[in-house]
Amino acid sequence: MANRNLTYDPTLYEQTRKKTWQERLSLFSLKMPSIAVLFLWSVIPLFMTLWFSFQRYNIMEPDKTGFDGLGNYRYLLSDPSLALSIWHTVVLVGAVLVITIGLGTLLAVLFDQEFFGRGIARVLVLAPFFVMPTVSALVWKNMMMHPDNGFLAFLMRSVGLKPVDWFAVAPLTSIIIIVSWQWLPFAVLTLLTAVQSLDGERKEAARMDGAGPIAMFFYIIWPHLGRAVAAVTMIESIFLLGVFAEIYVTTSGGPGFASTNLSFLIYRYALLEYDIGGASVGGVVAIILANILALFLMRSFAKNLDA
Amino acid sequence: MTSSKLRQKWIMTILGWAVALFLFFPIFWMIVTSFKTEGDAISRIPHLFFLPTLENYMAVQERANYFHFAWNSVVVSIGSTLLALAFAIPSAYAMAFIPTKRTKDTLLWMLSTKMMPSVGVLVPIYLIFRDLGLLDTITGLLIVDAMMNLPIVIWMLYTFFKEVPREVLEAARMDGAGPLRELYNLLLPLSMPGIVSTSLLAIILSWNEAFWSLNLTASKAAPLTAFIASFSSPEGLFYAKLSAASTMAIAPILILGWLSQKQLVRGLTFGAVK
Repeated sequence: MANRNLTYDPTLYEQTRKKTWQERLSLFSLKMPSIAVLFLWSVIPLFMTLWFSFQRYNIMEPDKTGFDGLGNYRYLLSDPSLALSIWHTVVLVGAVLVITIGLGTLLAVLFDQEFFGRGIARVLVLAPFFVMPTVSALVWKNMMMHPDNGFLAFLMRSVGLKPVDWFAVAPLTSIIIIVSWQWLPFAVLTLLTAVQSLDGERKEAARMDGAGPIAMFFYIIWPHLGRAVAAVTMIESIFLLGVFAEIYVTTSGGPGFASTNLSFLIYRYALLEYDIGGASVGGVVAIILANILALFLMRSFAKNLDA
Repeated sequence: MTSSKLRQKWIMTILGWAVALFLFFPIFWMIVTSFKTEGDAISRIPHLFFLPTLENYMAVQERANYFHFAWNSVVVSIGSTLLALAFAIPSAYAMAFIPTKRTKDTLLWMLSTKMMPSVGVLVPIYLIFRDLGLLDTITGLLIVDAMMNLPIVIWMLYTFFKEVPREVLEAARMDGAGPLRELYNLLLPLSMPGIVSTSLLAIILSWNEAFWSLNLTASKAAPLTAFIASFSSPEGLFYAKLSAASTMAIAPILILGWLSQKQLVRGLTFGAVK
């Protein structure tokens, strides 16, 4: 863009023009409070977590303190439950993303069609997103998946099958089902918003050119959804990395460590075993994991933001 | 409408409603169960027709003091939203109307604080709160929720403020209005719909926030998310009461959610999808 300086670009002008000192002062005093509290909230605890991870610190053993070097790291990294819980975290995030975006795309296309009572049907689909996590987990645990009184058990009995004790046989899968149910509406709503923003003329033109519904989906709709899929992936990953309440009220991470993710492992270390040093190592691992993910996501996502 | 078009519409109607009823079923079943007696609720053959009772709703209030927890949820979600707005409005205003070269980086940095997993800072926050006497207090939870939502609130307000035509503000500036007058007399009224939907989203998010509620509160300041979790301990037995408490806990947010569904996507995707 060689001649960029020759054309008048109001945004660029506004960003680069010299500000008067009054403007700079008001800018500073308006922005500073938010930046300061966010800094206090995120950066300082981050460094504390790092610091504690090198300390000997158990609330139950107040006499054992001091610098421990890599002791906590050696201890935690040799604990097989750490690798297991990282694996569970990855599986949980990955599976829920695939399920919600896959089904979400199909449902977005479905709910883009005209049909009778679409408004009400859409409201019903959306509802699970607004249910607090502890409620949805308990409803699924007790009223859907319970091996005696659950609705699924009733369905299986009525077709002559033996009911499954979901949380004993497949604890992580059960949690994936619950979390997918909670997040599917968000994916549907976001993707539907994107589908509807596709202008009708392009669809009409493609139809005129003889595109069938399948060609239409792959050549017109799907490419248009890129930005929405990136957004859904990013936001869901943020929340899914920290899934906690659903595990807390259903399996408590068990049986054994079968449904313990990183969040729950850290909770176990910190608030059940009072091992602050160990929990902090877990925290550091969680932060590293989130940052690896963020690196990929933020790059593709930041391009889509009109800041 | 041709008959083939009409037939297609009927097929879509059946498909769409089948999906909707399937996904809504757990909530429907919970609401139905809340009107059953405990005996009916655990029957192995589920009844759809039964004599409805309100006794569970009474029992939840009488025995578990439901309104204590509901009040905590109301105070925390509204209080945290007001606190977040107080910080967010000035900075979103500054970034939308006096942008600098660093504005985009600042916004992205704020967004990146959301990428930090809560659990990564659980230990320090827990210890700081213990030392400040903020554990199990409404104030403590309110501050945490406000900080959790602040990046989203700033982003959302920023995208709404940017839609206010600059000419309006410039005209006011010509007439000699200072930045604060401009903010309060012009910008706030003009972007009131945006501020309202931002607030709704923040209220929904903190009403449903469970991680910090479970870890930082006990009986005194526990909001509804933590109160409902207390039903997880005794096996079986209290399905109908759990359902009644849950129905009351989610009803207000279901209504707010339906009111704000259009803005929700925009808010949660930081304006990337509108």
